[in-house]
Amino acid sequence: MSDLSPKPLVQVRDLKMHFPIFSGLLRRRSGAVKAVDGVSFDVFEGETLGLVGESGCGKSTCGRAVLRLYDITSGSIAIDGEDIAKSSQSDLRSKRSLMQMVFQDPMASLNPRMTVEAIIREPLDEHTRLSSAEKREKVLELMDAVGLNRAFSGRYPHAFSGGQRQRIGIARALALNPKFIVCDEPIAALDVSIQAQVVNLLEDLQDQFGLTFLFISHDLSMVRHIADRVAVMYLGRIVEIAPADQLYAAPRHPYTRALLSALPEPDPSLENTRERIILKGDVPSPANPPKGCNFCTRCPDVMAICRDQEPPEVDIAPGHRTACHLYSS
Amino acid sequence: MTETAPLPPVRSQWWDVWDQFRQHRGAMIGLGFLIFITLFVIIGPSLWGLDPNETDIRNKNLRPFYTGILSGEKWSWAHPLGSDNLGRDVLANLMQGGQISMAVGWTAMILSLVIGTLVGVLAGFFRRIDGLLMRFTDLVLSLPLLPLLLVMMLLFRDTLRAAFGPETGIFILIVVGIGVTSWMHTARIVRGDVLTIKEREYVLAARSIGTPARRIITRHLLPNVMSPIMVSATLGLASAIITESALSFLGLGFPSDFPTWGKLLFDSVDRMASFPERVIWPGLCISLTVLSVNYIGDGLRDALDPRLRGQ
Repeated sequence: MSDLSPKPLVQVRDLKMHFPIFSGLLRRRSGAVKAVDGVSFDVFEGETLGLVGESGCGKSTCGRAVLRLYDITSGSIAIDGEDIAKSSQSDLRSKRSLMQMVFQDPMASLNPRMTVEAIIREPLDEHTRLSSAEKREKVLELMDAVGLNRAFSGRYPHAFSGGQRQRIGIARALALNPKFIVCDEPIAALDVSIQAQVVNLLEDLQDQFGLTFLFISHDLSMVRHIADRVAVMYLGRIVEIAPADQLYAAPRHPYTRALLSALPEPDPSLENTRERIILKGDVPSPANPPKGCNFCTRCPDVMAICRDQEPPEVDIAPGHRTACHLYSS
Repeated sequence: MTETAPLPPVRSQWWDVWDQFRQHRGAMIGLGFLIFITLFVIIGPSLWGLDPNETDIRNKNLRPFYTGILSGEKWSWAHPLGSDNLGRDVLANLMQGGQISMAVGWTAMILSLVIGTLVGVLAGFFRRIDGLLMRFTDLVLSLPLLPLLLVMMLLFRDTLRAAFGPETGIFILIVVGIGVTSWMHTARIVRGDVLTIKEREYVLAARSIGTPARRIITRHLLPNVMSPIMVSATLGLASAIITESALSFLGLGFPSDFPTWGKLLFDSVDRMASFPERVIWPGLCISLTVLSVNYIGDGLRDALDPRLRGQ
């Protein structure tokens, strides 16, 4: 749907986030963990971009770096046309109301010493000049919007179940009417039945408020359900980005193929014929990635050039990009 | 909007804290005793009316009423807890001394708590000044405290006396001396806790909202490091009272006509065998006050934790 109105709300270009490693007696800088190493993508207004990959590939770091929760190493991030890559944290403060985040662990992302009302009110306290009665009214409206009972506003987070806590986190993210929300594995810590509720809630809210999501997850089937487009990350890079249907129907990059082959098939007759591509070996350390293509150590279709040159990103179909030497010539 | 019943009026969470606090029996007893001892030392002297420094040579070395009644030694209702070797009333001394001891204890404890928390939070939260502040803490920690206090007394006693009068001057000197030499443990504990808490996701969430550092500290960090601060506070009160006694014992504290619990204790140590009550009463005052503050801190810590509340 978003391809018809291609107006990117978020433009990320060559984003790099390296964490320095200090070692030795003098704590000298001896290297860097290249958690995110040259990532580019657009998120169009009103769409959901899914970001998938195995754990440790830099998905969460990427999401946090896009919101400038880290001071990024290099690259550019434009949100709503404004470049925020080099803004100072105090300049960013006024733009924080545009972009918000839903966190992975609803136990850890809520201050145990604050009531639900205080938690949801915090963004209002920081960015608005409403009276306390207006703030309270707004908090209660938000609690209605995410399906929490108004009577619970005076309770503390420990009194809620995981799904309810995640709703509190979502209500906090919605408080300032943001345009762009990074959902950092919002369902990973929840039961399966609650996962569906939370995902449906996110979809409803997207329709209701016209939100744009960057949905980070390792749950491939959930991403297929919620995302319009999907980006696949491996070792700090995006290896393939495509509209969701296209990616799941015809994955091109060998890593995507291997990843999707792990997805169980609901139809038993098809399930029997499903071929799993089992990758050998472990993910290389992001502190010391291999020369050439990051995936060359485990790729079933590895060629000589892969160990030597980084693959360029190529468009193989409209909106379908991949970084692989198989398609580069 | 139709099905929402009117919400119950907002109840201040301090009422919940009080309700939980009342559940803690030790804390309630402690609070009761602390109120009693505070009234004892503040209102007591005006009710009792005897001057603690008035010497009454004919009535010296009186025993307290209970030993007097039991063993028939010399005693009098005019001095129910007895009198010392100069005939000074022990009860009046206890009241007067308590005033000073409590004032010194509380003020020095609060001072060291404020310094310790400030240093700990700043060192834990701002990585850039962490090394500097913690090395400074180590430096102060490694100083020998009594000689340091001694030098402080010698250097500043006369100036402060001249500026604020003999009593207030020495009071300020002792409080500041104890305060600036006892904040290091609090600072270390608080720094350690801040280091773990600032990595929690709710602090990250606050940053993603755009909360500035100072409000992250007051809103998210301080309430969550409350428990260790409370524990150091209760310990700090005890050690402040005892340090003041040690200073008085060395002759560096208040002047000799100025009773404090610690000084009463030390003055009576050499005649402890014949007059045990002169050691027991001030000692009991110190330990019961410290104990009750400990229990209050315990109850307060439980009451302030929403996870424990209502259980």
